[in-house]
Amino acid sequence: MRTADTGTLVARWRRAFPVLRSRVHGKPLVYLDNAATTQKPQAVIDAVSRFYAEDNANVHRGVHALSQRATDAFEAARARVQVFLHAAAAAEIIFVRGATEAINLVAQSFARPLLVPGDEILVSAMEHHSNIVPWQQVCRQSGAVLKVVPINEAGEFQFSDYERLLSARTRLVAVTHVSNALGSVTDIARVSGLAHARGIPVLVDGAQAIAHVPVDVRALDCDFYAFSGHKCFGPTGIGVLYGKREHLEAMPPWQSGGDMVRSVSFDATEYMPLPHRFEAGTPDIAGAIGLGAAVDFVSAIGLEAISAHEQRLLDHARAGIGRISGVRIVGTARYKAGILSFVMDGVHPHDIGSILDREGIAIRTGHHCAMPAMQHFGLPSGTARASFAFYNTLEEVERFVDGVCRVQGMFR
Amino acid sequence: MTREVNDLYRRIVLEHCKRPRNFRVPPDANHKTCSDNPLCGDHIDVYVRLEQGAILDIAFAGESCAIAKASASLMTEAMMGRDTAHGRGLLQKFEQMVGASGAGPDPELGELRAFADVRDFPARVQCAMLAWDALRTVLQAET
Repeated sequence: MRTADTGTLVARWRRAFPVLRSRVHGKPLVYLDNAATTQKPQAVIDAVSRFYAEDNANVHRGVHALSQRATDAFEAARARVQVFLHAAAAAEIIFVRGATEAINLVAQSFARPLLVPGDEILVSAMEHHSNIVPWQQVCRQSGAVLKVVPINEAGEFQFSDYERLLSARTRLVAVTHVSNALGSVTDIARVSGLAHARGIPVLVDGAQAIAHVPVDVRALDCDFYAFSGHKCFGPTGIGVLYGKREHLEAMPPWQSGGDMVRSVSFDATEYMPLPHRFEAGTPDIAGAIGLGAAVDFVSAIGLEAISAHEQRLLDHARAGIGRISGVRIVGTARYKAGILSFVMDGVHPHDIGSILDREGIAIRTGHHCAMPAMQHFGLPSGTARASFAFYNTLEEVERFVDGVCRVQGMFR
Repeated sequence: MTREVNDLYRRIVLEHCKRPRNFRVPPDANHKTCSDNPLCGDHIDVYVRLEQGAILDIAFAGESCAIAKASASLMTEAMMGRDTAHGRGLLQKFEQMVGASGAGPDPELGELRAFADVRDFPARVQCAMLAWDALRTVLQAET
C-alpha cells in the first residue's frame, strides 16, 4: 500500500468516529490514549441506540416478538465474536463485563477447585494488575504460590526462565498477549506449546491485543482468552471470555441466579448448557450488540491492515521521540504493538501529560496499572505513554512529537 | 504553547521546580511528616524544627512532579520563621484558592498565588496540595 493511499484510507476510517472531530482546549483532538480505551464508530453508537429504540426486551425468556429479536441480536453478536476469534463454537464465547471479570471467572471457577497448597501459577513481570491480583487472591484462598516469569531490559518475555519455572506443581500459566505499559508482543503459540507439553493450561490476557493484532485462538492454542469490548471500539461494560469447551464443560458456575438454570427446585437445580451457564442474570444485551457491530467494523478493515498502519505510526513516533535528547523510550522489544512509553530527564510524566493535554493531545501518564513492570525499570513515577489506533495519522504523531519537544524546552 | 498552560507552568513554578528552595534534610528537625499520591507514587517528606509554636526551620525532600515540587518549595519559603497559627491561616487560604470554593487568591499568599490556575486542572490539585497535606499534621498537632 502506498503512503498516499493509506492517507486516504485513514481519512475515511476517521470519518466514522464522531469524537475525532472534536476540539480540546481550542485545538483539534489528538487521541493517543487508545490503550486505556478506544473511541466508538458511529456504527457501534447506532447499533446500541437502535436496539433500545426498536428491539429492547429481555433475552432467552419471552415468547413475544421483541424478546425474540433481542435474543437473535444477542446471539448473533456471540457468533460474530466466535468468527472474529476463530473459536470452534459459539458456546465457547462467554459474555462478561470485561477482561478483568473474565480472568476472575477463570481464577475462581477453573483454578480454585484445582489448587492445593504448594501448587503454582505462573504470570509474567509485565502483567496488568488485572492479571496479577485475581491470582494473588486465589493463591491466598488455596495456599498456592504465584511465580513470576522475568522480562529483560527490552521488556521481552524470557522463555529460558519460563521453561525453568514450568514445574510439576504448575497448574496454570496466565500471560498478556500485548503489554499495555510497554507494547511488547509475546509469542503466545510458543507459550502454549511449552505449557501443553507438560499438560499445563494457558490463559491469555488479550485486552491490549484484540484491536491491534490478528487473534486466532486455535492457532495460539490457548485454553482461555480474555478481552474487553471497549478496547476494541465497542461499548464499556461488555467483554468476552473464550474458553476451550472441554474446560468450560468441567467448570462449576461462578455466579448463579436467573438465566443460567434449566430448572430450579429447593431440592435440586439443573444448570443450563454452555455458554449460558456462565451468564447469570440479565446480560448487557445492548453492550453485546454494540460489540458485535465493533467486531464487524474492525473485520471490514482487517487486522493485517490495522497492524501495518499502526507499525508505521509507531516507527514514526519512535524516530521522532528518539531524536529528542534526554528522552528515553521504555520498552524496546523486537515485536511491539503501537504503544510508546517514554520518560524525560528531570520532567515528571504528569507534567508531560498536563502540558500535552492543553495542546489537545491525550496521552496516559503514570504506572498504567502495571506497577511491577514500572518497578522493573526503576520508574516509581511511571512513564508517559502514547498508544495508537488505526484512526491515528502520521500528522498526529508529528504534533505529538512537537509537543514533547516543547515540554522539554519549558523545563530546560 | 497555549496561554492556559503558561498560566499553570508560569515562570515562578518552573523556576522553583528547577531550583527548589529548602530542598534538604535538616539534621535538627523535630518533626517529620510525609505525604503520598497513590495515583502516581509521588512522595514528599516535610521536615520542621518547631519551638514554642514557631517554625524555626522547614525543608522538604522526595520525588514528585513540577507542580508538587514548586508548591513545596514556595510553601517552605512562606512558612519559614512564622508561627503555627499563621501557618494554619496560609494553609486554609491556599486550599481555598486551589479548591473549588471559587474564592479568589488572598493577597497574603504572595508568590503562592502562582498556583491559582491549578483549579482549572482538577487532576493536579492533589499535586499542588501534596506538601501542604504533610505539613497540615504538624500544624494541627501544635494547636
